Amino acid sequence: MFGYSMAEIGNVFVMQGFSGLSLFSVLLLMALGLAIIFGQMGVINMAHGEFMIIGAYATVMLSKFAVKYDFVNYYFPFAMIVAFGLAFAVGYLVEFVLIRHLYKRPLDTLLATWGLSLVMQQIFRSAFGAKEVSAELPEWMLGSFKPTPDIDIPINGVFVMGLTALITAGVFLFMFRSRWGLRVRATVQNRVMAGAVGINTKKVDRITFALGCGITGVAGAAFTTIGSTGPTSGSLYIVDSFMVVVFGGAASLLGTISSAFGIAQAQSILQFFMTSSMGKVTTLLTIVIILMMRPEGLFASKIRK
Amino acid sequence: MNTLFNRLIGGHKGAVGLAMLAAIIFIALPLGLDVFRLGLAGKYITYAFIAVSLVLLWGNGGILSLGQGIFFGLGGYCMAMFLKLEASDPISTKIQTTPGIPDFMDWNQITSLPWFWEPFKSLPLTILAILIVPTLFAYIIGFAMFKRRVGGVYFAIITQAIALILSILIVGQQGYTGGVNGITDLKTILGWDIREDSAKYILYYVNGLMLFGCIFISRFILSSKFGMLLLAMRDKEERVRFSGYDVSNFKIFIFCVAAMFSSIGGAMFALQVGFMSPSFIGIVPSIEMVIFAAVGGRMSQIGAVYGTLLVNYGKTIFSETYPELWLFLMGGLFISVVMFFPNGLAGLYEKHASKLGFIKRYIDIAKARRSAATNDVKSTKHIQEKGAKA
Amino acid sequence: MSNTDFVLAIEDLTVSFDGFKAVDNLTLYVDKNELRVVIGPNGAGKTTLLDLICGKTKSTSGSIKFKNKELTSLAEHEIVRAGVGRKFQTPSIYENLTVYQNLEISYPIGRSVWGSLFFKRTDEVVDRVNNVAEQILLQDMLSMEAALLSHGQKQWLEIGMLLMQEPELLMLDEPVAGMSAKERDQTADLLNRICMNRSVIVIEHDMEFVKKIAHKVTVLHQGKILAEGSMDKVQENEKVIEVYLGH
Repeated sequence: MFGYSMAEIGNVFVMQGFSGLSLFSVLLLMALGLAIIFGQMGVINMAHGEFMIIGAYATVMLSKFAVKYDFVNYYFPFAMIVAFGLAFAVGYLVEFVLIRHLYKRPLDTLLATWGLSLVMQQIFRSAFGAKEVSAELPEWMLGSFKPTPDIDIPINGVFVMGLTALITAGVFLFMFRSRWGLRVRATVQNRVMAGAVGINTKKVDRITFALGCGITGVAGAAFTTIGSTGPTSGSLYIVDSFMVVVFGGAASLLGTISSAFGIAQAQSILQFFMTSSMGKVTTLLTIVIILMMRPEGLFASKIRK
Repeated sequence: MNTLFNRLIGGHKGAVGLAMLAAIIFIALPLGLDVFRLGLAGKYITYAFIAVSLVLLWGNGGILSLGQGIFFGLGGYCMAMFLKLEASDPISTKIQTTPGIPDFMDWNQITSLPWFWEPFKSLPLTILAILIVPTLFAYIIGFAMFKRRVGGVYFAIITQAIALILSILIVGQQGYTGGVNGITDLKTILGWDIREDSAKYILYYVNGLMLFGCIFISRFILSSKFGMLLLAMRDKEERVRFSGYDVSNFKIFIFCVAAMFSSIGGAMFALQVGFMSPSFIGIVPSIEMVIFAAVGGRMSQIGAVYGTLLVNYGKTIFSETYPELWLFLMGGLFISVVMFFPNGLAGLYEKHASKLGFIKRYIDIAKARRSAATNDVKSTKHIQEKGAKA
Repeated sequence: MSNTDFVLAIEDLTVSFDGFKAVDNLTLYVDKNELRVVIGPNGAGKTTLLDLICGKTKSTSGSIKFKNKELTSLAEHEIVRAGVGRKFQTPSIYENLTVYQNLEISYPIGRSVWGSLFFKRTDEVVDRVNNVAEQILLQDMLSMEAALLSHGQKQWLEIGMLLMQEPELLMLDEPVAGMSAKERDQTADLLNRICMNRSVIVIEHDMEFVKKIAHKVTVLHQGKILAEGSMDKVQENEKVIEVYLGH
């Protein structure tokens, strides 16, 4: 296969697999945010990538600040919290000003949020310049493990991955074990009834949308460990994260995790064997073809319509 | 025959609108603009093909395709490939390692013409390809999606993903496609120099006539029972299905027609502007095309043409002088059209026109009431034609 | 399964949603020109039964034969073309089209893509629309936008749309919901008239109305048939009183 020995192929898989972890984390967090919003209002937020970039800029800014005041080694967890908070706040505002007027018009929401994404991109450009900026990563995140001489495992990937797992668990607990999550699910399943039993569905909508955006903000913090941040960086990930959500079946957490993993790993491993653009084309094409044959996604359950 | 003519023109009101548009495109613009500006107008008019196709597909059918750039691009590439081969004759490319193939292939160490370029040596085959390739591609996508009842947001996302895939593929396969620069330096068609001023005028008129052709075809479709079904499907798909219609076939058909219109637009673009590049295929151009139709009015073909011209004029003006402002404007346009003017310019026009014409409206209503009451065959037909127009 | 003389023969029909059996091993026959009413408490599987017959829901097992033709493997539009028409619980009409257009769209000519593109409004079509409009008492409202009709008139319009198709089996899900007493009487007359030359299945909760129209009543409970027979017989059935009528 491609003129490599089996052992080399094995190493490539392990290494590319681990370097795919960071991409997996970003995609998973973005897709979680997207899936929560999609599940809630049946619409895809086209400005989702820009919410991620809010988190990324927040992290970059905080890292600059950290360099100045010498706490580079500890800032990252704070950055994630700030990223979440900022994206949450902006999401809250956007829901209030824009989204809530467009429920029940999913296609129109799609166009309006695209408009929002253009506006946000321009705001980023005006505020931070068109040039891409990078976060100062703490030293301990830059190294890599070397379990065998041929294998490099980047620490930042493992670290980000661990944080992603924590957040995912948190989302799960929130949605399926908390009182508030129960309200969200009740509203999704039957808005009228939920309203009738005293749930403030408008508030649920707003918080849920903001929460989805907040999680995406965290994705932005994770993103700074694998790439530099520019005004339009978010739009590069938007289709990938749509695909993760649709492919996994929008209602299934397990589906979202597995499809984020599959897509990130496929891209990462394929990139080694072909050019990076062909790796992406092959991955996306495979997903689209599978979705054409199984449009409900891989993990959808049979329900009574 | 008379009724067919009426259907295509759209009655008295439709005739006024068409005549105005024709006067602007065929008389006012050529007289008022220099060759360079007219070329720009011609370029915008090629985008109007897509806007007209979206009126069919999205406005009337409720199917939002975020991938019309795919078809515009395919049509454009088909035409550009033909023109490129004509520009790459062995004599003018004799300095290349392999003379007779397009220059970008030579730069990418390709030594013979790839097989899928072969048909584009012939103009008839090229025209056939422009009409068939995008339509066939739309058929395959439409068949896979609509037969499995994928619609709405899912359809939008998947068409968008396909647009992304195609643009990455074209950029990545430089040697076969010209890569990110696209196919450039197009010179002649069958020996006729398309860069000369006279050619530009002629192509501009051909372009305009084709656009009117597409408007007439879509009027024919929308004024038939098919058009009524399309509206019915948009609002109550289930009911249409339980009236014995195979809904998916209708959607596939309208998607194919929309693809063909866009493809013609793309081919005319390559002819007039003299190049084709992947920048017309990806996510951003494909979704911008939707805003052309939305600004003009998603239910009105003529509105969509005006919308395309205005948005692109604005884009040219602003993105040259105040590029930062343009993105805000464009974003604001998306948001405000959706939130405040869902029927676009055409909707605004109707609103004002109806305010002015309230007396005429009153008479219309009185007429409709009377004929409904008498309930004879003729008057029902009359009202019907009115209803179909509305 | 053998062939039968029944218009509709449902045998051993089961559908389960993730283990929940909404219709459980159900067997039901409907005669020619019969008007059958299906009653039962909420969640008994009445609407699901109609969904199964018209193809909206696919069965897990069992057979549905319409004039000895198996329906379970057909697509919705094929079932309609075979001669089965269905009215939904909430009126499902095209609100943006006129009453005339609503009826014309349901006319069974020009059902293919090309057929609809070149469909001509002949006198025959217009006559048929007028005829049906008269039956459903909407002859004066042909040019009105359907959204402007009253709730009861919308119900009639949907029945009219089905009549345009001339189905041999007509299925109506709660046709008098939201109607005034007078409209209910008119609907009862309408149903009694239209079942002269076709079979009709009606789901209804209004017992007074059921008495006026039913030839035979089937009581569903938890996806199974609890009782079947004439209205009087069913009303005396102790099990039926216990689970349904007694409330």
